[in-house]
Order: sequence, then structure tokens, then C-alpha cells
Amino acid sequence: MITFEGVTKRYRDGTVAVDDLSLEVPTGAITVFVGPSGCGKTTSLRMINRMIDATSGRIALDGQDVREIDPPTLRRGIGYVIQQAGLFPHRRIVDNVATVPYLLGWNKKKARARAMELLELVGLDAGLANRYPFQLSGGQQQRVGVARALAADPPVLLMDEPFSAVDPVVRASLQDELLRLQSELRKTIVFVTHDIDEAVKLGDTVAVLRVGGRLAQMAGPATLLTEPADDFVRGFLGRDRGIRRLSFISAKEVRLGPAPPDLVTGEDGRPLGWRTGDGLAAYGTFDPETDSLRAALDAALLSPNGVAVAVDEEGRVRGVAGRDAIDELLAEYAPPVRGAGSAEEAPA
Amino acid sequence: MNWLADFFGDSAHWSGPDGIPVRLLEHLGYSAAAFLVAALIAVPLGMLIGHTGRGALLVVVAANAARALPTLGLLVLVVLLAGVGTVLPVLVPLIVLAVPPILVNTYEGLRGVDADLRDAAYGMGLRGPQVLFRTLTPVALPLILLGLRLSAIQVVSTATVAAFVGLGGLGRFIIDGLATKAYSSVIGGAVLVAALALAVQFGFLLLDRVVVSPGVRQTR
Ligand SMILES: Nc1ncnc2c1ncn2[C@@H]1O[C@H](COP(=O)(O)OP(=O)(O)O)[C@@H](O)[C@H]1O
Ligand SMILES: [Mg+2]
Repeated sequence: MITFEGVTKRYRDGTVAVDDLSLEVPTGAITVFVGPSGCGKTTSLRMINRMIDATSGRIALDGQDVREIDPPTLRRGIGYVIQQAGLFPHRRIVDNVATVPYLLGWNKKKARARAMELLELVGLDAGLANRYPFQLSGGQQQRVGVARALAADPPVLLMDEPFSAVDPVVRASLQDELLRLQSELRKTIVFVTHDIDEAVKLGDTVAVLRVGGRLAQMAGPATLLTEPADDFVRGFLGRDRGIRRLSFISAKEVRLGPAPPDLVTGEDGRPLGWRTGDGLAAYGTFDPETDSLRAALDAALLSPNGVAVAVDEEGRVRGVAGRDAIDELLAEYAPPVRGAGSAEEAPA
Repeated sequence: MNWLADFFGDSAHWSGPDGIPVRLLEHLGYSAAAFLVAALIAVPLGMLIGHTGRGALLVVVAANAARALPTLGLLVLVVLLAGVGTVLPVLVPLIVLAVPPILVNTYEGLRGVDADLRDAAYGMGLRGPQVLFRTLTPVALPLILLGLRLSAIQVVSTATVAAFVGLGGLGRFIIDGLATKAYSSVIGGAVLVAALALAVQFGFLLLDRVVVSPGVRQTR
């Protein structure tokens, strides 16, 4: 666990980047620091590995004040990933990944073997190991950055906008990859972003910071969406909070009915469309095992009759869910009454 | 062309204390000595200033002084101070000439390393000297080598001044030739100096191939 206790950072020019920040980053989960540009996210993050020292207050790693630890020693035990990957251009990919193991005095063979393991873990081809960073795409470089941070198996990982410089498609796949990795590794991750959608997607807990470096709200993403603490948080979350919240409800519990005869399926059991007078109409599918209630609702909205087609991982029809079935679950997961702000519209 | 044939074809020019081999060795000797001393001063100094950011003013002053300083004037000054008969009058001006390009390029090379990279190096847990030697220097190496190359070429070309104070080197052919109106000697000497400068240039390009990582080489 990482604890911030009344942490303030005032830069030499008088800028207060972080103001009396107190929060706890739980072990083994992803905590996201999110907020507009200049709100002190990076400063907060870098005080953990002492790239910046706090002006006052205390940051503790499992109870130990970070200021009692020699910075290079502290940093070798904390993975650090930055926006532009920051790979060493003069070193091959495998040696980039092995940076911290080398620093810790591992022999070359063991360090490289470990690096190869990590390249595989982050989904990179072993053939890239002997390339130089300039020979990799931005997305691949970011993966190497993550592999390098994980090389010595640190319990804590600090990530500062690691995916914001890549295009949206690559970004989404890097995010998915991080979630997959985390389900295996269970690291304590502090992830900084200015993108609220990324925060909500990745965070087990999301800390929203406001300019001036003060904590506006800290909560799980679903709670954040339904119960923003104030207008600032509500405004920052943006539109469609109700719909977006459905992403956190599994579609597993949607009551499925048998596929009606007017759903045409192919030989392989996959849907072809809804039978209408003059042909086949569009349909929408969701996989109850892996998708969210949002996907189920979306699928229902894509079919002319409002019925979503449930499929298995092969895409074969498992059943259907009408709007009534989806509505039952929506009602079950309605926001709690105490959330005073939950029903209000976001201010324009 | 005739002049060249006169000079290089004359067997008398290939032996004795006045011959091409001896003059070439003298020339190389002064140049190498001055260059090495300059590199030993300027590379570490440039690295230190580039890494710490302290003393940047010194680099600026050195860069400007280099342009303003008359090499020949300095030569005369050192002769007046130290007297003829030592190699100091030729070494001191050459060293003074050789330091600025190395100092400025080493400094600029280190300063120019991407701030994110420096940051990542510290963030991984490298200590200050490790950041300097394992990250900044290898990345700045193309520029450091450029500074060394410019400096070496300048030294080799300028070492002709040694002849002004009776110290030999390829400058002898030029100065003596001018004095006796033996123009083939003047041109022959100049050609030798130019060839030497080209050889130095070539040598550094080879060195670049060997010591600079393909990941940071400027021509990929
Ligand atoms: N080295 C510095 N000196 C002075 N002010 C700084 C420095 N670094 C950041 N700041 C200021 O501190 C505030 C917070 O910066 P930062 O933590 O980088 O914000 P964020 O990462 O949320 O965009 C900003 O107003 C920024 O201009
Ligand atoms: Mg930032």
C-alpha cells in the first residue's frame, strides 16, 4: 500500500502543484490519478519514486517513509513507465528491458533470459529483441517500456500517461493488454492520465484531481459515474454517465430466452439476420460471458425488433434477450437513492 | 601538374632530415600531441558541464574566444615568453585552437539528449555517473566525435605554423618554398597537408562506424 499523508509540493517559483493530498493506493490494484492538464498528477506520481521530493507531508510505501530510502535504490524497486517510452536509443531492445536487472547485478545471461520472458509477456515477437528502439513503432516502444518497468518484478508500477502518444486503436489494445497483464500479475499500479475514459476503463479506483493539486473525489469507476461529488467532477466526467456506467455491470445475469424462429442462423449456428417480409434485417449480438450490460443494450438497439442476440465465443447463437430482460437488470442495478447527484443533468 | 611531379618525383625529397617522411612524422607528432592534450582537457570538461549544467558560460566564452584568437599571434607570444628551442611555441597555440570545438560539441551533445531519456534513466534507478556514462555519453557520441574530428583537422592544417619557429613539420616545405620561390615545394607541402587532413577525416568516419551504436548513428 502507498499512503499519501498531507502531501504538498510547492515548486521553487511558488507554484503549488499538489496541495495537502491524503489518499491510500491499495496493494494489488490499479489506482488512476486523473484530472485536467496541470492539476498535479505527474508531480504526485513522481513524489512516490522521489523523482520529486515533497515539500511537506509524508509518502509511505508499506509503512516506510520513502524519504528514508536512497532514491536509486527506491527506484530500482519501482517500475516506471513514461509517455514517450524513454527507451535508450543506443541499446538493443533486449538490453533496454534488462536495464534494472543489470543494475541489480544479475549476470548478463540471466538478465537477458528474463528480458526475453518479458517481451513475450507484453506480446512482442522475440525477433524484435535485437532491434534498436528507432526500428519499432510507437505502440511497440510502449510495450517495451512496460516490459522494462516489469523486468525486476517490482511490486509497484508507476505509469505516467503511458498510452497518450499512440493512436486510439493502438491505445485501446495497450489498455486491454495492461488489464490482462494485471489480472496475472496483481501489481500495485498508479496510473496517471488526463483521459477520463481511460481512467474509468482501467481504474479499480479513480482519484480525480482538480487544478491546484487538490483531491476532488476518489471512488470506484461505477460509483464515480453515478455519484460525482460535485460539479467539477460531474463536468469532468462528461456526458452519458448513465450509459457508460453500464459498462461495469456484467451481462451474465441477463435472462436469455430461446431463439425465435424468425432469427435466421447459418449452418455453423451463427446468426444471419431477422426474417422480414422482403429479406433479412440487421441484428446486434453480445457475449454474456465477457460483455457488459452496455453491450447487451447496444445489441438490442441495433435490432429492429429490440431483441439482442446472445452468442458464445465462437459467435454461435445461445439465445436472445428482449428489452424486458435487459430492463429487469437495469432496474436491479439502478443507482442507490442516497446518490443525490445521480439523476441530475450535467451542467452545460 | 608539373610542379607536383617536380616535387614528388625528386628522390632527394624522400630522404634525409629535410625529406617528406621526416617532415610528415614531425607534423604528425606535433598534431597528435596537441590534439591529445586538448581532448584530455575538453572531453571531460564538456561532459562535466553538460551533465551538471554548471559552467555553461565557460563553453560560450571558449567558443567565442576561439574565433577571435589569432593563432600566429599566440605563437609569437609564446616564443617571446618561452623562447625558441622548445616545442611549447607550437603546442600551446595548437592546444588552444583544438579545445573549443571539442568542448562545445561535447557540451552540446550532452545537453541535447532528450529530457525524457535522462528522466527515464534516473527513473530506472541509475545514479548520476551511471546516467552520464551509460546513457548521456553513448547517445551524445556522434556529436562528441564530430567535435574531435573538427578539432583534429584544424590542428593538422594549422601545425604548419611550427615552421615559423624553426620546428619542422610539413610547413617547412611551404615556408622554405616561399622564401626561395620554389613553388613546387609550396604546392607539394600544401598537398601533403590537405592529404593528411583528408586522412584524419576518413579515420574519424571509420571510428564512428566502430564506436557509435547503430541506434544513434546519424546516418542510418
Ligand atoms: N519544475 C517545475 N517548476 C515549476 N512549476 C512546475 C514544475 N513542474 C510542474 N510545475 C507546475 O505544477 C503544476 C502541476 O504540474 P504537473 O504535475 O506536471 O501536472 P499534470 O501532470 O497534472 O499535468 C503545473 O501548474 C505545472 O506548471
Ligand atoms: Mg503530467
